[in-house]
Amino acid sequence: MSAVIDHGHAGHDHHHGPAKGLMRWVLTTNHKDIGTMYLWFSFAMFLLGGSFAMVIRAELFQPGLQIVQPEFFNQMTTMHGLIMVFGAVMPAFVGLANWMVPLMIGAPDMALPRMNNFSFWLLPAAFALLVSTLFMPGGGPNFGWTFYAPLSTTYAPESVTFFIFAIHLMGVSSIMGAINVIATILNLRAPGMTLMKMPLFVWTWLITAFLLIAVMPVLAGVVTMMLMDIHFGTSFFSAAGGGDPVLFQHVFWFFGHPEVYIMILPAFGAVSSIIPAFARKPLFGYTSMVYATASIAFLSFIVWAHHMFTVGIPLTGELFFMYATMLIAVPTGVKVFNWASTMWQGSMTFETPMLFAVAFVILFTIGGFSGLMLAIAPADFQYHDTYFVVAHFHYVLVPGAIFGIFASAYFWLPKWTGHMYDETLGKLHFWMSFIGMNMAFFPMHFVGLAGMPRRIPDYNLMFANFNMISSIGAFMFGATQLLFLFIVIKCIRGGKPAPAKPWDGADGLEWTIPSPAPYHTFSTPPEVK
Amino acid sequence: MNSPMPNRRLVLRLLGVVVGMFAFGFALVPIYDVMCQAFGINGKTSGAAYEGAQVENSAREVRVQFLATNNIDMPWEFKPMADDLVVHPGGTNQMLFVASNPTDKPMTAQAIPSIAPSNAAAYFHKTECFCFSQQILQPGERIEMPVRFIVDKDLPADVHHLTLAYTLFDVTDRVPPVAQVSPK
Amino acid sequence: MSRHPRVWMGLLLCLAFSTAEASWTVNMTPGATEVSRTVFDLHMTIFWICVVIGVIVFGAMFWSMFIHRRSTGQVPANFHESTTVEILWTVVPLLILVLMAIPATKTLIDIYDTSESDVDIQITGYQWKWHYKYLGQDVEFFSNLATPSEQIHNQADKGEHYLLEVDQPLVVPVGAKIRFLITSADVIHAWWVPALAVKKDAIPGFINESWTRIEQPGIYRGQCAELCGKDHGFMPIVVEAKSKTDYEDWLAEKKAETAKLKELTKKDWTLEELVARGDKIYHTTCASCHQPEGQGLPPMFPALDGSKIATGPKENHLSTVFHGVPGTAMAAFGKQLSEVDIAAVVTYERNAWGNKVGDMVTPKEVLELKQAEEQ
Repeated sequence: MSAVIDHGHAGHDHHHGPAKGLMRWVLTTNHKDIGTMYLWFSFAMFLLGGSFAMVIRAELFQPGLQIVQPEFFNQMTTMHGLIMVFGAVMPAFVGLANWMVPLMIGAPDMALPRMNNFSFWLLPAAFALLVSTLFMPGGGPNFGWTFYAPLSTTYAPESVTFFIFAIHLMGVSSIMGAINVIATILNLRAPGMTLMKMPLFVWTWLITAFLLIAVMPVLAGVVTMMLMDIHFGTSFFSAAGGGDPVLFQHVFWFFGHPEVYIMILPAFGAVSSIIPAFARKPLFGYTSMVYATASIAFLSFIVWAHHMFTVGIPLTGELFFMYATMLIAVPTGVKVFNWASTMWQGSMTFETPMLFAVAFVILFTIGGFSGLMLAIAPADFQYHDTYFVVAHFHYVLVPGAIFGIFASAYFWLPKWTGHMYDETLGKLHFWMSFIGMNMAFFPMHFVGLAGMPRRIPDYNLMFANFNMISSIGAFMFGATQLLFLFIVIKCIRGGKPAPAKPWDGADGLEWTIPSPAPYHTFSTPPEVK
Repeated sequence: MNSPMPNRRLVLRLLGVVVGMFAFGFALVPIYDVMCQAFGINGKTSGAAYEGAQVENSAREVRVQFLATNNIDMPWEFKPMADDLVVHPGGTNQMLFVASNPTDKPMTAQAIPSIAPSNAAAYFHKTECFCFSQQILQPGERIEMPVRFIVDKDLPADVHHLTLAYTLFDVTDRVPPVAQVSPK
Repeated sequence: MSRHPRVWMGLLLCLAFSTAEASWTVNMTPGATEVSRTVFDLHMTIFWICVVIGVIVFGAMFWSMFIHRRSTGQVPANFHESTTVEILWTVVPLLILVLMAIPATKTLIDIYDTSESDVDIQITGYQWKWHYKYLGQDVEFFSNLATPSEQIHNQADKGEHYLLEVDQPLVVPVGAKIRFLITSADVIHAWWVPALAVKKDAIPGFINESWTRIEQPGIYRGQCAELCGKDHGFMPIVVEAKSKTDYEDWLAEKKAETAKLKELTKKDWTLEELVARGDKIYHTTCASCHQPEGQGLPPMFPALDGSKIATGPKENHLSTVFHGVPGTAMAAFGKQLSEVDIAAVVTYERNAWGNKVGDMVTPKEVLELKQAEEQ
């Protein structure tokens, strides 16, 4: 890929500087500003959701009730899940998309800049509403992030209405973000940037965006049904009126399973840029990566009931969902093999982004293995709703989604800030996160298999040792993230000036523009050969 | 810009998808009901009276067990007249359930049937059932409520034993009357 | 594949500092039934397949990371495509999956067995206890958490079966096929006993079926596995498997107990006796919401200490406990507790903490209320 660029003349670029003061951020339609706001917002939510996790781990440090009462514990597990999923991971990827997609495809901005601004500003409103429920009489949502009816309808605290409204706002925001990404990718590619030349991050985001517009409306539908059941006397999920609580789970997981891939596919894409850069070797099997991503997305629509193996599905249903779920291992395996082959016979160095990317591949694969075990329906009868499941999804989400985001952040920080981050501190952040995360989540496999159910505030003594180790690991992981904050601030305020292309093996249009990226880029589209 | 489609049209199409998927979420409700009745998912039986007639297979015996459970807020007495009944597939049978309202207020109840094993639900036909409508009982009133049913002659051979379970819900405060919302 | 997780455990014990083996359990129990052992074997098969794949893939990656680094002077190769390899690593995993699916399918079919059973038990989930009903036997009872609240609140040492002990276990005979009919009276619960490999959701309005056949007498413990509200972590399951004759004896005894309870109802109780009995009942049945000191958890669970109901007319107090308060979390205990227990707990509440009403509700009064309503 080569590009013709014309960016050295920022001097006479008088009409193109950012506005000054607070209104710059409130009214901005610049993709870089909005991307930055998304990233900061998601980091703030990551710390908030993380502090809820610290409360959970502190309570679980020892058997017995010490710090919080069970009803507050349930609010913590619920809020931790909701905030991490909808507040930390998803907005972080939207932020990365805002920053990088236009730069990667040679577009001047996102296709719908004003909608972009609006979709961001919905988020603080949605989360302010969600968090405020904690202070309402009866407390906040306490029914788990999966909010199964009738616990979340007939038996819910009164604040559930605000929770539903917050989910609606998040949904609208995500949908607008997704439409924007699709419009940008389909309409604003530079001349010569054909679909099969797009970086994988752009590809995975395109597929993610389609998943989002397919399933976020279903989530909106399911919370709307809840709202109607609670306030308008319908009986979608209440057996008393001819409804069915199991229907809730079907509709929820029809959204929920694709949602899981929404949180991981962009990370696949980012890692597919980072590994080749530090292996100094082109990505192995680009085409198969695209097809694998598309097949994962397709399969995600026909596996939802594997979350419900114990609700009493007929034998044929169990078999169908078991086989379909197992099939996901094939395209996922292809991806892992491709990454490993990209590294094979490369000339590798291990800067922080690469460390996070390699940890991503290995630990995500471990999460994949436990996922495969969970797919086996008869064995799932033993795993279901235990800490084994908690271990599984934290292995795919923490080293998967979160490490993917960290890898991306370190990879592109020089481009965003114009400075190199502190490599020593970056490595320290990696190793502390890596050790903390494994210490926190690996023992959860053991307690889960030994019989500890999830979402309980207290447990038998036989689970005590591993829970204590988990808690120590979790505290370590949590504290380490403050180091990340420090590294980012330090990098913004100064440091070694970054060249246009700080990574010698990196490839892509974003490295053809200076660092830091000027406020406006690719006003004249580059030409891609 | 090599726009294959103007933004406006693209966005409208995508919004169309969004609206379509929102509607699909709601469409899942009737789709689910149809699937449940076709495959007996969740042990659901048809909400309508069975109109067909079958020839009794007196060579085969199936034990039908009756359960009556009260939902948590329901103070009524509610039980079947017998624990179980041995029936022949194809034949019509009847069981009486007794309900009484011990409170000092008139109350409305709705009984919800469910069959175990769930794969047998599609083979259980009710020709008449108190669960088809709501029951209103005055303070202290007691009634006997019939369910008449046919176990399908094509019931899978490995099923020897069926459980018909009713859960009784207090629907006095529900408006509008829920019977209209329940499957046809 | 190994029936015993020794190898795996050995590896992990290196990591452990060494204490009682029980607290370092890292694997699933093989359980006490044929089904649970099959499930365990299946679990171990899949686990070892994953381990082998993991060793190969991660081995290759680590090898590559040690050898193919710039610091060793490695010049990057430039290959980036091979259809042959791509096809290979699509087909081989697919074959492995088929190998996994075969035993999984077999096991699943075994679990969905619908043959006739010897004992039928209806299990109903309540917030936050289980109700067991022996169908056709006229025996039914609630099974509550038996761990004292002092242990939970760290005022006493925790016992071996902390949070996994109940006042009345589910007793079943060994060797017999036991059929569970599982439902719920409020929210969704899940009845799970790991040693039996039985986990089924209890869904309000719907009945779910499962079964087991236990081989050895013993006590098997489990917990509710679906978030069901505040005390989801405090509704354990204890299954006691007894020999056929012991089971019959137990059943007879249980029936006699029901009769004895009727005797107790007729007995003349003193205030002290009722308060003493009520103290126990209160702490197993009421304290999780209204709290051990009667202070409640407003606004969901009102305080009883000094409340209008607990210090007002006793008929009203009795009626509240008996019928519950519709639309709130207060359940109707009229059918959940015996006459004696209702009388005892109401009397206790009227005379505990700061409440000093001094009167009592006798079991006979409760019985009269019950009989009046049954007519």
